[in-house]
Amino acid sequence: MSAVLVFVDQPSAHGGAAALPQSTQELLALARAVGEPVVVLAGPLSGEVLTALGAHGASRIYQCEQSELFEYLVAPKADFLTHVAAQLQPAAVLLENSAECKEIAARVGIALSAGVISDAVGLDAGLNVQKSVLAGSYTVTARATTATAVITVKPHSVHAEEAAVPALPEVEVVSVIFGPASLAARIIDRTGKPASGRPELTEARIVVAGGRGMEGNFGPVEELADVLGAAVGASRAATDAGWIEHSAQVGQTGKTVSPQLYISAGISGAIQQKSGMQTSKVIVAVNRDAESPVFDIADFGIVGDLFTVLPQATEEIKRRKG
Amino acid sequence: MENSALNIVVLVKHVPDVQLNRHLTGEENTVDRSDSILSELDEYALEAALQLVEARGGVAAGNNVVAVTMGPAGAVAAVKKALQIGAFEGVHLSDEALAGSDAAATSLALAALIRHLSPSRPVDLILTGMASTDGETSLLPAQLAARLGLPQLTFAASLEVTDDGGVRRAVIRRDGDSQSEVVQATLPAVISVTDQINSPRYPNFKGIMAAKKKTVTTLTVADIAVDPAQVGRAGSWTVVESAQVRPPRTAGTIINDEGNAGLLLVDFLAAQKLL
Ligand SMILES: Cc1cc2nc3c(=O)[nH]c(=O)nc-3n(C[C@H](O)[C@H](O)[C@H](O)COP(=O)(O)OP(=O)(O)OC[C@H]3O[C@@H](n4cnc5c(N)ncnc54)[C@H](O)[C@@H]3O)c2cc1C
Ligand SMILES: Nc1ncnc2c1ncn2[C@@H]1O[C@H](COP(=O)(O)O)[C@@H](O)[C@H]1O
Repeated sequence: MSAVLVFVDQPSAHGGAAALPQSTQELLALARAVGEPVVVLAGPLSGEVLTALGAHGASRIYQCEQSELFEYLVAPKADFLTHVAAQLQPAAVLLENSAECKEIAARVGIALSAGVISDAVGLDAGLNVQKSVLAGSYTVTARATTATAVITVKPHSVHAEEAAVPALPEVEVVSVIFGPASLAARIIDRTGKPASGRPELTEARIVVAGGRGMEGNFGPVEELADVLGAAVGASRAATDAGWIEHSAQVGQTGKTVSPQLYISAGISGAIQQKSGMQTSKVIVAVNRDAESPVFDIADFGIVGDLFTVLPQATEEIKRRKG
Repeated sequence: MENSALNIVVLVKHVPDVQLNRHLTGEENTVDRSDSILSELDEYALEAALQLVEARGGVAAGNNVVAVTMGPAGAVAAVKKALQIGAFEGVHLSDEALAGSDAAATSLALAALIRHLSPSRPVDLILTGMASTDGETSLLPAQLAARLGLPQLTFAASLEVTDDGGVRRAVIRRDGDSQSEVVQATLPAVISVTDQINSPRYPNFKGIMAAKKKTVTTLTVADIAVDPAQVGRAGSWTVVESAQVRPPRTAGTIINDEGNAGLLLVDFLAAQKLL
């Protein structure tokens, strides 16, 4: 069975309760389905992470924590992954679909002369990749024509579960020699952002999003999100106004989300907003203008004032949940 | 030397207008480019270039901004729009052999093109959009940087070029989910910019008239010494096997709030088993 590499970046830093980020669990489930899962891990390997990787079926772990990986942008991580891939000649290299991982994939593709497919939502045993394009208006099947396929996979593309039989991974510490061109974009400063305690936007089952109609007060959106265990999203109008951080933006230049439920409040539904949320399973819209384009794609639309509708729904959910 | 002149290449792509219905066509499932425009997201890269050179005395002080596109005959419209907005010259890489190029093949061709431009005058900065609004892969800037062996400063939400005793550096801010990073590299560098970096200007009458006198050079793969087998479908490492139209979403139930819409919303969520 050929190796399938799964790139894992600093799992201990993901902030969730589980030892492994949800995305890593999903990638390992996919890797098991198409080959022998081998983890390429950037950062320290704790006992807890080692056990969890084994439980998810990782047969081997290649680890590197050289400081260059974290001092320069993208390129050293790509070099590390390329180094392992060149050795193992895997059928596929899987990464999560974050901006940084897509760029790592891009560089690994050039280094290995391997086709890169981003934004995958499905993958079969023949490494045919499903993805949606043109803002969700088409679903295509794409394939790499090269010996190795480099694929970045969106959250929820597969059900994450532990392997039927846990593995006892062998660990090999890799030492990578970075070329001068890879040590060129130096990270000279970092500012952490406070954690919200809410689920990650692209991984959340439910997203409650607010737009210009929030008029500077995201309270009603946040309170509804919290009773639903949802992530908070926003339109660009709301993030540009500074009412909420830019990382909450949903849309063409923000996050693409496909949750089970997307509740849109005070958002008109411009094409750039729709392109980030129209593959959601169920869409609910609250807007006081019946002509808003968001109603064209809403499964349940309410023409009304969000400042009365959202709090009423929040109270009712609290009451029902007792 | 303070603020020495810059030679900037801005990559602009000709893409179907996002406001219209967009289609895939043909056996290869390529994007239908009939109603296309300069990619909205590339306007931010052009604006960033124009601001950098304006702060350095513009074209009179020896600065240059070259708008470059790779695409079929009609793609020259994207370069022309960039000239109207303010780029000083244009280059259009156009060749039958390029049809169907994926990101890897596109980056190979654009890297060769930039090498081709460099002997007459070294390129200091290559600016791109954060993503093309049709492919939306964001793979190209990283692949181009890898092919050229240049530093990649990607997803810049701000950009500054400093000159320290002749060492010119680009410094960007990159906003991630959990942190914001400041990243620095010496020039030349490949930089992609986000829509947070500036507010792009519109072409004005003067710009539209001036653009008529600006030159657009058309190049083929032979001109830039690229083997046709390395680009286009032949040189791509990925194929699109099939495409299905996703049925467009249709409107569901729309109600007017009569004082109980919040309760009806909760009923709806309960019925959908979403609570
Ligand atoms: C290059 C580019 C990229 C972009 N990327 C994105 C992106 O990623 N994401 C994105 O969202 N946008 C993006 N945009 C912006 C997009 O075009 C729209 O301008 C934006 O989505 C509008 O945000 P909005 O719906 O919140 O504001 P508006 O369009 O102003 O709509 C506000 C809505 O709130 C309603 N409203 C007001 N008060 C109330 C109330 N009390 N109760 C109920 N309803 C109320 C109004 O009826 C109105 O429909 C982008 C634009 C460009 C040019
Ligand atoms: N054919 C092309 N011609 C010129 N620039 C391009 C082309 N394709 C991509 N680019 C540039 O690369 C950026 C990212 O594109 P992509 O990787 O396709 O999402 C775009 O914003 C453009 O600046």
